[in-house]
Amino acid sequence: MRFVFIFFGLVASFVCHAMTPLSVSEVAPGIYLHLSEHHWPDRDNHGEIANIGFIVGDRCVAVIDSGGSPQQGIALRNAIKQTTAKPVCYVINTHVHPDHIYGNGAFKGTDVRFVGHHKLERAMATRAPHYLSKADETLDIRVTADNIIPPDLQVKDTMTINLGNRELVLTAHASAHTDNDLSVYDKNTETMWLADLLFLEHIPVIDGSLKGWLSELAKLEKNHYRLVIPGHGPLVKDWPAALQPEKAYLTHLADEIRAAIKQGKTLEYAVEHVGLAAKQQWQLFEQFHRKNVTIAFAELEWED
Amino acid sequence: MKLLHKFACLFVLLPAIALAEGDDITWNDTLKSQFFAGKTIEESDAIIDLEVPHRAEDPAIVPVRVSSKIPQTKDKYIKKIWVFVDKNPFPLVGEFEFFPESGKADLAMRIRVNTYSNIRAIAETNDGKLTMTKKFVKASGGCSAPIGADLDEAMKRLGKVKFRLDDQIKAGEPAQAQLMISHPNITGMQMDQMTRFVRKSHFIDQLKVTFNDKPVLNAKIDIAISADPNFRLYFVPDKAGELKAEFSDISCESPIKRDVCDKGKSYSQQYSVTP
Repeated sequence: MRFVFIFFGLVASFVCHAMTPLSVSEVAPGIYLHLSEHHWPDRDNHGEIANIGFIVGDRCVAVIDSGGSPQQGIALRNAIKQTTAKPVCYVINTHVHPDHIYGNGAFKGTDVRFVGHHKLERAMATRAPHYLSKADETLDIRVTADNIIPPDLQVKDTMTINLGNRELVLTAHASAHTDNDLSVYDKNTETMWLADLLFLEHIPVIDGSLKGWLSELAKLEKNHYRLVIPGHGPLVKDWPAALQPEKAYLTHLADEIRAAIKQGKTLEYAVEHVGLAAKQQWQLFEQFHRKNVTIAFAELEWED
Repeated sequence: MKLLHKFACLFVLLPAIALAEGDDITWNDTLKSQFFAGKTIEESDAIIDLEVPHRAEDPAIVPVRVSSKIPQTKDKYIKKIWVFVDKNPFPLVGEFEFFPESGKADLAMRIRVNTYSNIRAIAETNDGKLTMTKKFVKASGGCSAPIGADLDEAMKRLGKVKFRLDDQIKAGEPAQAQLMISHPNITGMQMDQMTRFVRKSHFIDQLKVTFNDKPVLNAKIDIAISADPNFRLYFVPDKAGELKAEFSDISCESPIKRDVCDKGKSYSQQYSVTP
């Protein structure tokens, strides 16, 4: 008898989880955001660690990053249903990382277009086998190639899409956080959805190009935005002031690594010594900083 | 009863603990007979040391260093060093041949480590004796990891070579040289059939370093070498001369077999050294 209860309990909890809409808040008219806390992706949080959300136009809805797990994708879909009767017409993936794309499957449909940087498809192809093979063990989620949906609408430089009296300007950036970063600008509210081009509180993670990232930031810094949405961290209302910690971290990293290379220091030395002063300023520093140094060192030693 | 239970648990857990610290299964079952059939290998740190990080920060760029404990002389020297990552899909990292002219049979490089594994180095001295040392490393995904962060940049500078030498080189004494080769060293494991981006392995398989045409290092290497192969090695600049690196790449049908391969290009670059 007890087992029957447990069984029903499990079913109920599964159903409840699947039905529960993701908590979102309207940060600007028609812009809904789910803010995440900062965690290392693991079996408890299932990789649901990024800021994700959607933008509602007069005609339809654009999802911006679908979530870190199929379940979170479904929860986001439910949140949209609760918010508006308008259909989803675009799913925009800001880059290839699993915490931004694993919910894609929840939005598959004939009238939905998947949108990404023109290098996103390649990044998905090269990384998917590795990501998928680790998902069960590290995130406790079941995903297959079906959960990774490459973009059928690819952005080369910029592209404007219309949700009905609401234009979104999509920009494909040069290699920065990854080599397939896409930002989304909402003209109506002057909101820039930078996703992982901007980290606050959570240490910036380099998986593309340190030099490229700094030069993209230099361009973005000159722009005026009323609101900026980072991939990890709180909503930004004081652009470009909010950019400064990330910029300082990346700049110091580049300066110190260049100095180390010039002095003939090795990668091993740099990993143990570079940039440690920033430790207190960032969450997840231990998990990502040394990897950042490694990747940046390998990049910068080829720059001249 | 409780005590018994505890012992039972401990007993069950022991093999798991042993596994967590790296096992020798692949070595004992396959590698040893494949590379050293019928030979005796002594396990000791007397001839070479192996330095690896216990936890790899980036599994695609794991710095490892083999350092020798004996000088390279005409009478006694390290002839060859093999490096393996037991649990890699293709465990052989490389076979590195040294000479008395190498000065020191030290070699640092960056490698890919695909999963928690023992890394081992086996040295053969010129008297034919084999000595092995090993270290355990925690890493995950180094071989299937993306082809560098920025493939387009990598392809643009393919074949470019850089040497870096210490500022103070003394004539006749072993000097360290860093050899950097720009090459994506594609494992062939990064892709699947999902899209049109399927790509075969494409990696540097032969490397020869000479000083004034005398051999310093001869290496047969494979996909476990990280993108942009990077070596620190020694040579003896007895007088001014040319340090030269010659290498070639290859492309194989399978990432884990070497029976069907296409020879690629050959490259050569030299650097003037004045002690």
